[in-house]
Amino acid sequence: MDHTTHSPMQLNILGAGCASCVGKIEKAINSVQGVDSAEMNFADRTVLVTGKASAELIIKAVESAGYNATQIQAESAEDAMNEKEQADLQHYKSLLRHTFIALSVGIPLMIYGLFIGEMTVSTLSEQVVWGLVGVMTLAIMLISGRHFYIGAWKSFLNHNANMDTLIALGTGTAWVYSMLIVAFPQLFPEMARHVYFEATAMIIGLINLGLALEVKARGKTSEAIKRLIGLQAKTARVIRDGKDLDIDIAHVLLNDHVRVRPGEKIPVDGVVIEGNSTIDESMLTGEPMPVEKVLGDDVVTGTLNKSGSIIFKATRVGKDTALARIISMVKRAQNSKPPIGRLADVIAAYFVPAIMIIAIVSAMVWFNFGPEPSSVFAIVSATTVLIIACPCALGLATPMSVMVGVGKAAESGVLIRNGEALQTASKITAMILDKTGTITEGKPQVTDIILVNADSEEQVLALSAGIESHSEHPLAQAIVESAHARGIDAINTEHFTAISGKGVEAEVDGQILLFGNKKLMQDKHIDIGLHEAKAQILAEEAKTPMYLALAGKLLAIIAVSDPIKPDSIEAIARLKRSGIKVIMLTGDNKATAAAVAKKVGIDDFFAEVMPEDKANKVAELQQQNEVVGMTGDGINDAPALALADVGFAIGTGTDVAIESADITLMRGSLHGLADAIAISKATLRNIKQNLFGAFIYNVAGIPLAAGVLFPVFGILLNPVIAGAAMAFSSLTVVSNANRLRLFKAKEH
Amino acid sequence: MLINLLCIALIGFIIWWFWLYKPSNETKVDASTSILVKDGVYSPARIKIAANTPTEITFLRQDKSGCSATVLLPDLEISQDLALDKPTTIALPALEKGEYPFHCQMQMYKGVLIVE
Repeated sequence: MDHTTHSPMQLNILGAGCASCVGKIEKAINSVQGVDSAEMNFADRTVLVTGKASAELIIKAVESAGYNATQIQAESAEDAMNEKEQADLQHYKSLLRHTFIALSVGIPLMIYGLFIGEMTVSTLSEQVVWGLVGVMTLAIMLISGRHFYIGAWKSFLNHNANMDTLIALGTGTAWVYSMLIVAFPQLFPEMARHVYFEATAMIIGLINLGLALEVKARGKTSEAIKRLIGLQAKTARVIRDGKDLDIDIAHVLLNDHVRVRPGEKIPVDGVVIEGNSTIDESMLTGEPMPVEKVLGDDVVTGTLNKSGSIIFKATRVGKDTALARIISMVKRAQNSKPPIGRLADVIAAYFVPAIMIIAIVSAMVWFNFGPEPSSVFAIVSATTVLIIACPCALGLATPMSVMVGVGKAAESGVLIRNGEALQTASKITAMILDKTGTITEGKPQVTDIILVNADSEEQVLALSAGIESHSEHPLAQAIVESAHARGIDAINTEHFTAISGKGVEAEVDGQILLFGNKKLMQDKHIDIGLHEAKAQILAEEAKTPMYLALAGKLLAIIAVSDPIKPDSIEAIARLKRSGIKVIMLTGDNKATAAAVAKKVGIDDFFAEVMPEDKANKVAELQQQNEVVGMTGDGINDAPALALADVGFAIGTGTDVAIESADITLMRGSLHGLADAIAISKATLRNIKQNLFGAFIYNVAGIPLAAGVLFPVFGILLNPVIAGAAMAFSSLTVVSNANRLRLFKAKEH
Repeated sequence: MLINLLCIALIGFIIWWFWLYKPSNETKVDASTSILVKDGVYSPARIKIAANTPTEITFLRQDKSGCSATVLLPDLEISQDLALDKPTTIALPALEKGEYPFHCQMQMYKGVLIVE
């Protein structure tokens, strides 16, 4: 059976400058096999295609006609969300309707049975009356409980057993037993002629009510996604053929020039090509301060343009924008399960058939050893076991908490990749922090130049900028920028070589120029002699001293300092307060590392670590049975991030390594790290509460329903009570998960 | 006695039907195959696909229940929202031979991909 539907496809057409192109394009598309019709709208350069042909074939046909085409993703995330909300609302209303119908019969019957008369069948008139009630109950089963019975039957045919199976069996057993009494009362002893139509109607009503309330509560768990989707602008002002056009963001193309005025949202990702402004990126990064954007800077979808008017070139559109990728990642993570949920999954897989067996065994025990009327006790206990044992709460316990926890984290600018990362983050015992760019700003500045054999600071900067202009290292950029700021031209150097973890080497007029740390000087036999003490003093001031040598002679020492981020100290204290061992890792020299570590309150640090050794440090800690978190900028720390139990990539704004790390911190602040760990701990606590609630409920509920308390206390659970308890168990789990939404990371 | 025998037979049937029996209603995936999500089940629930070949499977959800809204393939780390009354296609990477179960969030809907 083919259930695939072929909804119309919309394409953007590029390069169609004249009205006569319309016929040509339509003809090209219509020639594709499987296309039923193609209609082009020349005004907005789109074409609507119906039929079964694939988008690729249609685009190829357009291209062969001399134009370009891209498929428009017809359904925006917001539309999809709205559709889902509408569907949920309709489902909620229909469940409430079913509840009302079932309870309007069940409640009066229950009141009658409790306070007014006996629900027994002995006389012909009672047979007629209860027969009519039985037919009415059957109608309720078919109207309000239809979905349970169809689901149960279909599952049965597929060798599956689920929640529907238990409800169908429980209510079905109660009804069939009651109808047998109505039809053949003489077959049962007098005291066993009790009917249970009220139980059937009440159970169907209560379970529908429970499902309705669950649908309502579930809606709240996706608030975070709704907020992220809400950041998206609906239209964009693109400049085409010199004119400003307001178009739907779905129609914005790569390289389109987009104009954004003050107070407007950035509609797609891009690079500023005209004007400057400040942009509030707090909705994505959590950074409160607006960021200044000038020519060449990146702008991100969903952020708010504050002060100036800018024009930017679209670099990522549609589902490729940073915001769309974040939404899709959060959605994926929300639906993933942490390892803690696997036990519940395994149990759920065997649960329902096991409960059916328990119900039968329970009925057999009552039938053979129970008091009279033993058949009634057998039916009641089997029905109650079936009804109370629904595994919904068990199945919901983990996903609901993960959904809220991951969403909550996203709101704080923390992107969690999956449930496993969420769980492991809560167990971290040791956190390794890379120094540059993680604890510090990652924007070093030249602070001192100590001349040794050089003539002037200008000469030193010209040479050092000449050699460092070839390097990508942040310290190198500081040197080049310092020279540039003082108007000094870099001297041309040749044969540049980077010596990993030590420095750089090049040639100037045939002479060897070296720039790097003490190790480099020692390797190249440069005498740094007494000047090492000066370097040591600089290092103790948390500066990084570097030596410049030409033709075997030390010319100067240049110190560079990378300012510590303003909130690093507080965030590290938060991590330590939560019992995590914080360790700093840096390629910098020991004295500088010690000074920075002391300033930020870190006791353990590893200095002069080569980039390739970072992963070894992670492994070392893991061998000491530590659960290791590694935080870095996601590029040179990649091996260590991958090896760590949880890799945290610090990505500020647009440069997020969304897909690469276990957890991505959208803002530069280490508070994001402490928030991520606090949220993961809170989520795991919530999952455990849910699992405990669900397990205890089944562990205690099933024996109670089977009647273990009866021999001593004479207590046997009423199936209606079991129905109510079951209906509200999953609601309890969903509500507890929703409690996570109130969690505030910073207060902990 | 008869009741007891019936009960034991019923237990035997449950064990065989739900745990031991391997249903054979498998469907080989081709370009037009889709899985209907309706009334508490995936139909078909057992899908046969070729090993080492990327494949696409399409789900058409016609069930309003919240549980059916997401399909999970835990072994492949795939979790996909299914829109109501609209086909949702999932691209599967080339897979090694084996069985890959898929299910909804609460494991009420269950199916298996058989890669041969």
